Amino acid sequence: MKAEFAVVKLATGIAGFDLVGYGGLPKGRTTLVAGSAGSGKTVFAAQFLTAGIKDADEPGVFVTFEESPRDIKENLLSLGWDIGELEKQKKWAFVDASPQIGEQTVEVGGYDLSALLARIEAGIKAVGAKRVSMDSLGAIFSRFTDRSVIRGELYRIAQALKSMGVTCVMTAERNQEYGDISRTGVEEFVADNVIILRNVLEDEKRRRTIEILKFRGTTHQKGEYPFTIIPEEGFVVIPLSAIQLKQKSTNIRVTSGNADLDTMCGGGFFRDSVTLISGATGTGKTLLVTEFIGGGVKKDERCMLFAFEESREQLFRNATGWGVNFEPMENEGKLKVVCEYPEVCSMEDRLVSMKKAIMEFKPHRVAVDSLSALERVSSLRGFREFIMGLTSFIKHQESTGLFTSTTSTLLGGTSITEAHISTLTDSIILLRYVEMFGEMRRGLTVLKMRGSQHDKNIKEFTIDAHGLHLGKPFRNVGGILAGNPTHIDSNEIERLKGMFSDA
Amino acid sequence: MTLMNNYLFTLYIAGQTSRSQRAVSNLRQACENTGAAYELVIVDILERPEAAEQAKILAIPTLVKESPLPIRKVIGDLSNHEVLINELDIKPA
Repeated sequence: MKAEFAVVKLATGIAGFDLVGYGGLPKGRTTLVAGSAGSGKTVFAAQFLTAGIKDADEPGVFVTFEESPRDIKENLLSLGWDIGELEKQKKWAFVDASPQIGEQTVEVGGYDLSALLARIEAGIKAVGAKRVSMDSLGAIFSRFTDRSVIRGELYRIAQALKSMGVTCVMTAERNQEYGDISRTGVEEFVADNVIILRNVLEDEKRRRTIEILKFRGTTHQKGEYPFTIIPEEGFVVIPLSAIQLKQKSTNIRVTSGNADLDTMCGGGFFRDSVTLISGATGTGKTLLVTEFIGGGVKKDERCMLFAFEESREQLFRNATGWGVNFEPMENEGKLKVVCEYPEVCSMEDRLVSMKKAIMEFKPHRVAVDSLSALERVSSLRGFREFIMGLTSFIKHQESTGLFTSTTSTLLGGTSITEAHISTLTDSIILLRYVEMFGEMRRGLTVLKMRGSQHDKNIKEFTIDAHGLHLGKPFRNVGGILAGNPTHIDSNEIERLKGMFSDA
Repeated sequence: MTLMNNYLFTLYIAGQTSRSQRAVSNLRQACENTGAAYELVIVDILERPEAAEQAKILAIPTLVKESPLPIRKVIGDLSNHEVLINELDIKPA
């Protein structure tokens, strides 16, 4: 009995949205999608139909109040969707309620919108539609003087669609990003379900988010989720907190590419872990990345490197200097190097394109050099969300991840990057300069490693044509990580040792 | 005789509602009062929704003056004869 009345969800097929909506949109009901200009309402409405046709073979009717079908077709073609073809296949029908050029309608006495309803019903019958999108309601309000009539008529249309078992998306304009739901107050009658799209300016960068405000009678994720609109895929929601911590975990160790470091880490990195290497400029972060990849390829693993600081030529030349030759690896298809300026696209687009590249190449190892370069072009929140999305994705792919981040000071110190992502990565390796007796030396320590014992020493290391070599621990220096190394007398060390052994 | 039917109207209705009947009688009266000669085609969009799609009709009733040009659209039950005659520029035959 209960199940009969429960609200069923309809998977929209819009990437990520169904996770946020706990399965999709309430089936057989009308959902209002409100957003300011340029927030992606039309794309959402159109994709609701194209995804339905593609994924579920559910034809759709698109009712347009604003743009002509011709314009919509042109615009959607730029996203790679051929609506004309879908029309030919009788999967998509337009109801053109857009204003006609030069047409002026005069009102003389009472009227209703029966013709619109009849046309929508005819469109639904013609293609056997299960989904209807109406875009956008503001345009129809501006064409008639009596708003209360239009409201009542839209309510009637929503009810008629409900009785036909059709799931409907209506879009409406908003004036501000935070404030009234819609300009025309339509939410009062189709308010069962409300979704808000935002396009907020934050730190000089546009940030698109989607929020499910309410789904009457059913549940959904709360809060704003970032999304992006990209060619071919259209609307992609990045469902951060919907990501569940359920990635598999194994005890399989893989080599870091450096035998000394493997020993320090208790036998290497875990296979499905993400490690962060933090250090000042020139401490050897890119070297560790190079070794990580070299070690992977030697074990016949596929590796992928995203580089945001150096060009291909630079990377390849530097690697050769450390005894790792990237070129044959790439020719054999064992390695893929992606070099791009961080400024090229937004963080949301970056995440989607990186995920896509990883999915295509299916690497065992993924390295990112460096996160700090990406941080530069992002807002704090956008950056954090990016790291979260990327780490969880890498783990889901059961790949090993290695990220680098640059500290802002030469001696000691932490970077903002670290402060925000240290809890998201499984292991942290610090590379630090150590100033001793008028000489710059370099030290490495494994700060944390989830689920494993590791060497807690700060070890000195050197770099030569064969890579990085760990030496002895800095036994008689303190304050390295704090950034003010001080020499400690060896007698003092003996004394401290004695103190603890007595206790 | 050529002056006969110098107005061609199409009236879109949705079934025989009292509002559409009012629109028909209001149009007849207005034309008769001004002494205009006209021909009226009534389209029931419940029977022919494709006609509404073609003419891009939203509201019911909608009256379209097809000729003489320019084409004019008026919506409503046409209860205000004065506005109706003005808008459609109805003159005696």
